[in-house]
Amino acid sequence: MARYDRAITVFSPDGHLFQVEYALEAVRKGNAAVGVRGTDTVVLGVEKKSTPAPRLPVLLLHLLLSSVRKIVSLDTHIALACAGLKADARVLINRARIECQSHRLTVEDPVTVEYITRYIAGLQQKYTQSGGVRPFGLSTLIVGFDPYTGVPALYQTDPSGTFSAWKANATGRNSNSMREFLEKNYKETSGQETVKLAIRTLLEVVESGGKNIEIAVVTKEHGLRQLDEAEIDAIVAEIEAEKAAAEAAKKAPSKDT
Amino acid sequence: MKLDLSGLQSFPSIPGSAVDDLGEDLFAAPSFQLPACSDFDGFQKDAIQMVKPAKGTTTLAFIFKEGVIVAADSRASMGGYISSQSVKKIIEINPYMLGTMAGGAADCQFWHRNLGIKCRLHELANKRRISVTGASKLLANILYSYRGMGLSVGTMIAGWDEKGPGLYYVDSEGGRLKGTRFSVGSGSPYAYGVLDSGYRFDMTVEEAAELARRAIYHATFRDGASGGVASVYHVGPDGWNKLSGDDVGELHYKYYPVAPTPVEQEMTDAPAA
Repeated sequence: MARYDRAITVFSPDGHLFQVEYALEAVRKGNAAVGVRGTDTVVLGVEKKSTPAPRLPVLLLHLLLSSVRKIVSLDTHIALACAGLKADARVLINRARIECQSHRLTVEDPVTVEYITRYIAGLQQKYTQSGGVRPFGLSTLIVGFDPYTGVPALYQTDPSGTFSAWKANATGRNSNSMREFLEKNYKETSGQETVKLAIRTLLEVVESGGKNIEIAVVTKEHGLRQLDEAEIDAIVAEIEAEKAAAEAAKKAPSKDT
Repeated sequence: MKLDLSGLQSFPSIPGSAVDDLGEDLFAAPSFQLPACSDFDGFQKDAIQMVKPAKGTTTLAFIFKEGVIVAADSRASMGGYISSQSVKKIIEINPYMLGTMAGGAADCQFWHRNLGIKCRLHELANKRRISVTGASKLLANILYSYRGMGLSVGTMIAGWDEKGPGLYYVDSEGGRLKGTRFSVGSGSPYAYGVLDSGYRFDMTVEEAAELARRAIYHATFRDGASGGVASVYHVGPDGWNKLSGDDVGELHYKYYPVAPTPVEQEMTDAPAA
């Protein structure tokens, strides 16, 4: 039998692709994720909150939660975080990892961040224009360094297959508030300052504490490094202290007059 | 065996027809029609033997301080018959990369042009030039997928990219070697002799070009399948540049000018009685 076109993603009368928009809804319900680009560091942060399964014992649940990593590496110099359907993410990540190695094999060069982003976005687009499939229900934040120029990069893709480069961006739950915060507070940072900015952004929408936040830092020298709970707690404490000091400073002048 | 027919595709951009199982980007590859004969392997061997003598040529390339020098002769021979004395054996893939031709002329020309297309597409997609490493790997992978089917290509890819000068040898057996000095063709042993003994890393462009010219000349002198014009190109940071194209016959008399012998001179002095 000839191939039938079982298209699911078709245009609506007013030019919308509803399946893609519904996919964006799925993204909006996913875990919060933020990416920040500094001059020599790029940071990814995700919220670790997930609705616990009602019947699992608490201890088992805790073990499960702590072993699931939400920020993954695509190659030694590229990391990815996503918001949305995690099962879809696994498929996309596997294809991206294969493409990274395939590129190394055929061109004897590591991929650039732009190249792999283009590939992932292209894949997401293909699934909006093919028969019998639905779009991927996730947006990704991709960070890394250009293998030659050493320039750091942050890119975002979404279910429609569009992608663009960013200085900082957020996706998933409460991404609007995070983006507002970034628009007000973003400035060029480097090293630890970049990490702090990412954590401060996440803290706007997530309960404070190392066990609710996952942070990964990518630098040119050390590649991808996941921060452990203790480190995150320490930085959170620093941030709280700074906030308290700022509050106190604000109150002090009015007291003098 | 899965053939890499990507070289033969005329890049259609409409994705609708191409998407088959969504898993792969490949178009449903047309099957390669094998010749109907009882002994296919033997047939392949004979086909290759038929084409083999056609690597009658001398090409060479080497890296030195100022970049890459690429040189070649220009003779095409079919057995004992010289079919042409003016074949362009140095193929301009793009303004900063050169390829040399040895083996089947059609194979070399076609696949080098094809490589040029791929390099340009890479530039457009990635907003940066492809490296010599990448370009030679693309060619080597295509040639490998046609391994055993009678292609005869012995080429050197020379260029200048972000990493500096690059030189690779690629052949139709699927081999790919990175190196600083290569010579390919029936005249290569003679060329190597001159090239290896005169080579120094820090030469000027003129010295390097003269070394290449001499090496080609000596190869054409001793090898019957090489001759015609010795062309010399230089690849620098701004791309390639043709330096010279000298007829090897004229080069011979330049290097070894004919001196009149004393006996003849005496005879002309004898007065006519």
